Amino acid sequence: MKRSNVQLSIDGIAVEVPAGANVAAAVAQLGLRFRRSRSGEARAPLCGMGLCFECRVSIDGVAHQRACVVVARDGMQVQRDD
Amino acid sequence: MTEPCDVLVIGAGPAGLAAARAAASHGVNVVLVDLQANPGGQIWRHDVRKSAPAAARLAVAEMRARSNLHWLPQAQVVATAPGRVLIEEAGLVREIEYGALVLATGARELLLPFPGWTLPGVSGAGALQALTKQGWPIAGKRVLLAGSGPLLLASAATLRRHGAQVLAICEQAPDAALMAFASQLWRWPGKLLQAAALRTRLAGVAYRRASWVRAAHGDERVREVEIESARGIERIACDQVAVGYGLVPNTELAAQLGCALELDGRHPRVRVDERLMTSVDGVYAAGEACGIGGVDVARVEGAMAGHAAAGADDAARALRPRRRHARAFADLLPRYFDLRDDVRKLAEPTTLVCRCEDVALAQLQGYSDARAAKLATRCGMGSCQGRICGTALTELGLLVPATRAHAARPPVFPTRLASLAAAGSYLDRSCSERTFLTESKGSV
Repeated sequence: MKRSNVQLSIDGIAVEVPAGANVAAAVAQLGLRFRRSRSGEARAPLCGMGLCFECRVSIDGVAHQRACVVVARDGMQVQRDD
Repeated sequence: MTEPCDVLVIGAGPAGLAAARAAASHGVNVVLVDLQANPGGQIWRHDVRKSAPAAARLAVAEMRARSNLHWLPQAQVVATAPGRVLIEEAGLVREIEYGALVLATGARELLLPFPGWTLPGVSGAGALQALTKQGWPIAGKRVLLAGSGPLLLASAATLRRHGAQVLAICEQAPDAALMAFASQLWRWPGKLLQAAALRTRLAGVAYRRASWVRAAHGDERVREVEIESARGIERIACDQVAVGYGLVPNTELAAQLGCALELDGRHPRVRVDERLMTSVDGVYAAGEACGIGGVDVARVEGAMAGHAAAGADDAARALRPRRRHARAFADLLPRYFDLRDDVRKLAEPTTLVCRCEDVALAQLQGYSDARAAKLATRCGMGSCQGRICGTALTELGLLVPATRAHAARPPVFPTRLASLAAAGSYLDRSCSERTFLTESKGSV
């Protein structure tokens, strides 16, 4: 079984996850909050499979990426909030 | 650029993998597309820390060994036209032309709104299982599972294996129904073994019958959950709440292709004939998309559809008895895990139903139809395109599901403008061709 970790940045904070983990797992290291809803509520993944879009974040400058379907890679810059 | 293939399979869960393998075994060119980075679908979802079940490892190994089977991960269909689909992959688009198509789009969890369900830390039961397999930090966390069906047990076992403290599993079905279900299992020895194994792995975890989550409380995340049962209401402190009321077929892509849907209980499924062909010539469907059936149904139907799509009708026909046996088990589930009305009445007037557009239940009152409500409140117009709220409202009896062909408009999923621009006139073209097809077929 592979044991290496990858390191990425969430809101400028360095976070480490197992190789092959998704970006959602990395964001969750900081606590549970992902995006903010239209009325400002904190939100986090609901469906875990790419349907609900509640986990969307900005990855390397591209907005509205579903954190649950993107594999975490070394050096990724992830921003929470819409 | 258009790339041709003989058989295109959408979805790489057990059904899609079986379909791709069966089709490829006849020497035709097969393309297998899936949104996830790894094959396996939800039930065989890749686990970054633990090894996969033997059946899953074998299915994936067989897929990779075939030189005439092209695996396309992290890709999704964004638009369709007769004989062609537009696929977005890593921000790029490509068009694939197919001879036959197998839809193995699987299912999603039925998630029902209740006060506090939008709080971070509240998720689907299968959702938390999937997230955990992909590295979600669950070790040492206090988790409560609730809802209905066998998925709760499978999810709890995964969470525990990853170090979570499972506080309880709340099953809404009453004791009598669960006993009756268990008494049927001897007819499917494999299921009986599975149930026994799960029971061992969940030793010490409270399995509460006839109980359900009423509300979740917290500020920026869930802190406490309210459980209701015959004993009254109880509040339990926790870090995560995972609630799932069973599964519902994913039919959006089929609808967009013009495949007829039919109602299975309250929700639509793809209508197929004995050969698993949909109402659209050359388009097959297999597994959960044709009605919730579980992994055994998915595997046998996937194989049948794959054979048929490659033109090997005899090989497909030989599997019909196996399919009937597997489907018979699936038919038990809705009977014994029937949802009680209590869980459909949990949303309060202020509870948000549409999570994308923050639309509360009260805002949906007084509209004559779904379209009017949608136009006035934006319910269902957000990123999930009504996949979550639409399914919930259908279950609550507040929305009549569309079963007519072409009910869903393109794109199938929200897509980057750059992709649509790169697609050029694709959408226009597909729309006009589709209109022509509908008219020429008359009242099919």
